[in-house]
Amino acid sequence: MAATVETVEQVRGIEKYKYGFVTDIESETAPKGLSEDTVRFISAKKNEPEWLLELRLKAYRHWLTMPEPEWAKVQFPPIDYQDSYYYSAPKSPDDRPKSLDEVDPKLLETYEKLGIPLTEQKMLAGVAVDAVFDSVSVATTFKKNLEEVGVIFCSISEAVQKHPELVRKYLGSVVPYGDNKHACLNSAVFTDGSFVYIPKGVRCPMELSTYFRINAENTGQFERTLIIADEGSYVSYLEGCTAPMRDENQLHAAIVELITLDDAEIKYSTVQNWYPGDEDGKGGIYNFVTKRGACRGRNSKISWTQVETGSAITWKYPSCILQGDNSVGEFYSIAITNNRQQADTGTKMIHLGKNTRSRIIAKGISAGRSDSTYRGLVRISAKAEGARNFTQCDSLLIGDRCGAHTVPYIESKNRNAILEHEATTSRISEDQLFYCRQRGISEEDAVALVVNGFCREVMQQLPMEFAVEAQKLVGISLEGSVG
Amino acid sequence: MTEAFNEHFGALRDQLPGQDLPWLTALRERGLQHFAESGLPTPRLETWKYTSLRPVEKVAFAAEGVPRACISIDRAPSLLPETTESHRMVFVDGHFRSDLSRLGELPKGAQLLPLTEQMSADPDWLASQLDHLNGPKVQPMLALNTAMMMNGFVLRLARGTVLHHPVEVVHLGGAGDAPLAYHPRNLVILAEGSQATLIEHFSHLGDQPYLNNTMTEVTVGDGAIFRHYKLQADALNAFNLATVKAEVGRDGLYDAFSMTTGARLSRNEVSVKLAGEGANCHLNGAYLVRGDQHCDNTTMIDHLVPNTTCREVFKGVIDERARAVFQGKLTVHRDAQHTNGHQLSKALLLSDRAEIDAKPELEIYADDVICSHGATAGDLDHDALFYLRARGIPEATARSMLIEAFLGETVDQIAAEGLCPALMSSIGHWLAGTRREF
Repeated sequence: MAATVETVEQVRGIEKYKYGFVTDIESETAPKGLSEDTVRFISAKKNEPEWLLELRLKAYRHWLTMPEPEWAKVQFPPIDYQDSYYYSAPKSPDDRPKSLDEVDPKLLETYEKLGIPLTEQKMLAGVAVDAVFDSVSVATTFKKNLEEVGVIFCSISEAVQKHPELVRKYLGSVVPYGDNKHACLNSAVFTDGSFVYIPKGVRCPMELSTYFRINAENTGQFERTLIIADEGSYVSYLEGCTAPMRDENQLHAAIVELITLDDAEIKYSTVQNWYPGDEDGKGGIYNFVTKRGACRGRNSKISWTQVETGSAITWKYPSCILQGDNSVGEFYSIAITNNRQQADTGTKMIHLGKNTRSRIIAKGISAGRSDSTYRGLVRISAKAEGARNFTQCDSLLIGDRCGAHTVPYIESKNRNAILEHEATTSRISEDQLFYCRQRGISEEDAVALVVNGFCREVMQQLPMEFAVEAQKLVGISLEGSVG
Repeated sequence: MTEAFNEHFGALRDQLPGQDLPWLTALRERGLQHFAESGLPTPRLETWKYTSLRPVEKVAFAAEGVPRACISIDRAPSLLPETTESHRMVFVDGHFRSDLSRLGELPKGAQLLPLTEQMSADPDWLASQLDHLNGPKVQPMLALNTAMMMNGFVLRLARGTVLHHPVEVVHLGGAGDAPLAYHPRNLVILAEGSQATLIEHFSHLGDQPYLNNTMTEVTVGDGAIFRHYKLQADALNAFNLATVKAEVGRDGLYDAFSMTTGARLSRNEVSVKLAGEGANCHLNGAYLVRGDQHCDNTTMIDHLVPNTTCREVFKGVIDERARAVFQGKLTVHRDAQHTNGHQLSKALLLSDRAEIDAKPELEIYADDVICSHGATAGDLDHDALFYLRARGIPEATARSMLIEAFLGETVDQIAAEGLCPALMSSIGHWLAGTRREF
C-alpha cells in the first residue's frame, strides 16, 4: 500500500542523522579505563571536597561488586568499561571562558549546526541554555535574569563549589549510589550536568534548558542533574540531546534527580535524538539513564514528558516516588524505534502518601527491525489511602519485522486505591484509512492523521519550545509530515 | 527441600510405576537431573517473581508408593447434579481409587484410563505422547513431576469421537496420617474433530497438609474442542501447584476455566500454544481468597501462526491478609498475522491487608494484529453499593450481591451443563464463610 510505503520511508528519513559531525577540539582527557585512580583524577580535576570523593569511591567499590542488569528486553555485547575515557574537558578547563566571546569559535560553530539559540536568539527563544559540551559546562546564559528571582541554575560542578550544603543534602537522596549498576557507575565518575534550585514560592520566569552533546571519540558521558523545587515553587526544565555520528558504541549513563517540597511542581521534558546507529545496527549510543523524582511535600507534582527517537539502546524509566499526601506523578512518553534500535522504557509510580495520583500515557511506535518495550511499575503501598492510577500504553507497529512489547507490573496493597491499566497493540487499521479516504482525504494525509491522533495526548504535554524539535523528530506522527 | 525431593525419589525408585519401561526410566532420570540443577523455583525467577514457595519448604513431606489412606470414604463429592451422567475417576492422595470411580460406558474411539494402566496397555503410544510438549528448558516443578509421576489419567479420543458426557476427575487430599507430596501426571489427546469436556475437582478429606504438584499435557487436534473446567477447593493448609501445557491445532478450541477457593498456596500455570491457523483459546478464571492464602494464576499464550484468537478474563476477590497474583503473557510470534488477543484481569480488594500483584504482558512481533490487555484493582464500586443500600438492602447482603455478580460473569461463560450451579454455590459458600458439603 502506497501510504504504508511512504510511512516506512518517512521513518527511514528520520534515521538519516543530520547531526552526524565531529568537531575537532583538543581535549584534556583522563587515561583510558576505569580504576580508583580515574575516580580520584576526576574528583581532583573538579577540585571537589573530601566528602564527594568519598562518595565517588564508595560508589566505585560497590560498582565492582554489582552484576549487570539483565532483565530488560535489550541485547548488546558486554560493555568493556576499560575501553572508554571517563573524563574529557574542552581545552584549558582552568581558564574557563568568562563570556561567549571567549568561547572557542569552533564550539560555537557546533552549536550553530545544532541550532542552539545561544547568542543572537537568546532573548527571542526565551530559553536559558546551560550547554554541556562533553563534560564541562562551557557557558551558562540568562543567569542574571534567574539570579534576580533567586533561582540557582548552574553546572553541578559549580554547585558543588558554591552551594555545597544543598548538593550534599540532596545529591543521591533520590537515586542512592547502589540503586543499579549504571547509576552506581555514574555516582563514581559523573563529570557534569545541571543543578537547579528554585527557592520558596518562586515560579521560574523561563523554561530552563540543557543541550547535551557527546563529542570526544570514545567518551562515555555521565551527567548528573539535580533539581530541587522548594515549597510552592514551579519550574519547567527541558532536556534535548544530539550526538555526532560514529561507529563505536558509546555508553551514556546519566542520573537525574528531582525533588519537590510542599506545593511545588517540576515539569521535566526530554527530546532524545542521539545517534541510533546505522541501518544494520552498527554504532549508536547506549542510553542507560536513571531518572527519578521524589514528591516529598504535600500537594507536590512531578511530570515527566519524553520523546525518545534516538540511541541504539534506550534503558530508561523516569519514575516518581509519591511520598507527600495528595502528590501527583505523571509520565507521558513517545518512543520511536527504527532499524535495529532497541528501547526498553517506561516508568515507576510508587504511591506512599494518601490520595496520591498518577497518570501514565505511553505510546510506542516500532518500525524496521526494532524492538520497543514498555516496562512500568505501579505500586500502591498499604498506607496510600485513596490512591489513584491510570495507565494507558499503546503500541503501533509499522512493518512485520519489528516488535512491540508491554510489561506492566501492578501491585496494590490498599483496598481504597483504584488502579486501571489498558494496553493495545495494532497497526493503522484499514477501516480508519478507508473512512478517511472516503471523505476525500488522501492516503498520505490519512496516515498522518491517524498517527498524529495516536501521539497527540503526549505531544500536547510538550512545552512550546520543544514542539518544533519534537515535530521534526517524530515526523511521521505529526500532521502533514507524511505524503 | 530440593534434597528432600531427591530423597523421595531415592526411596520410591523401586515403587514408581513403569519400571519395565526403559524410556520412562530415562525420562524420570532426566527430570530429576533438571530439578537437581534448578532446585525449587524462587522469586528470583521472573516467572515466580510474586510467589515464594517458602511455606512449602517449611513442611516435611513424605512420599508414599502405596496407598495408605487413613480416612475411608464410600463416595466422592461431585460438582454435577446426580441426574447428569458422567465418567468419573477419583484419586485419593494421588492414588487411583477404582472403588470410588465410575468410568461408565465410553463411546467407540474413546479411552479413559489411569496412567499406570496405560503404561501396561499401550506403552509405545504413551512413549510417543508423554512429555512431548516440553521443550529443553523445563520448569523446575514440571521436571520434578516428570521424575516422580505416580499416577494420573489418560484421556484419548480417536478422530471424530465425541464424548457426550463430561469426564469428572476428583482429587482428594489429606487422607493420610502424615503430610504427603504427590505428583499426578495427566495426558489428554484429542484427535482431529473430536470433542470432550473435563471437569477437575480438587478437595480434601482429613487435616494433614499435602502438596499436589499436577502436570497435565493437552493436545487438541485440528477442529477438535476441549473444554477444561476446574474447581480447586483444597484444604487451607494444602499446596496446589498445577501446570497445564496445551497445544491447539487448526480450527481447534481449548476452552478453560478455573476457580480457586482453596489451598494455603496455589499456582495455576497454563501455557497454550496456538499452533494451527484458526486455533482459538479461552482462558478464564475466578478466585476467592482470604486468611493467609496465596493464589497465583500464571498464563502464557503463544500465537505461533496467523489467524488465531484468544480471550482471557480473570476475576478475583481478595479478603483479609490474602494475596493474589496474576501474570498473563501473550506472545504473537513473527508472521502470526491477524492475531486477535484480549486479556483482562480484575481484582477486588476487600480488606486493608489484601494484596494483588498483576503483570499482564504483551510481546508482539507481527504488525497486523489486534491485541489488548487491561487490569484493574480496587474496592467494590461505592455508587453501586449506595444504590443497593438506598433500596433497603443491608450492606453485607449488598456486598455479597455485587461480588456474586462480579464473579458470576466469568462462570456464565462455562458451556458444561449442570456445572454452573455448583460453582455459583461455591461462591455463595465462600461469601457465607461455610464449606460446600459433598
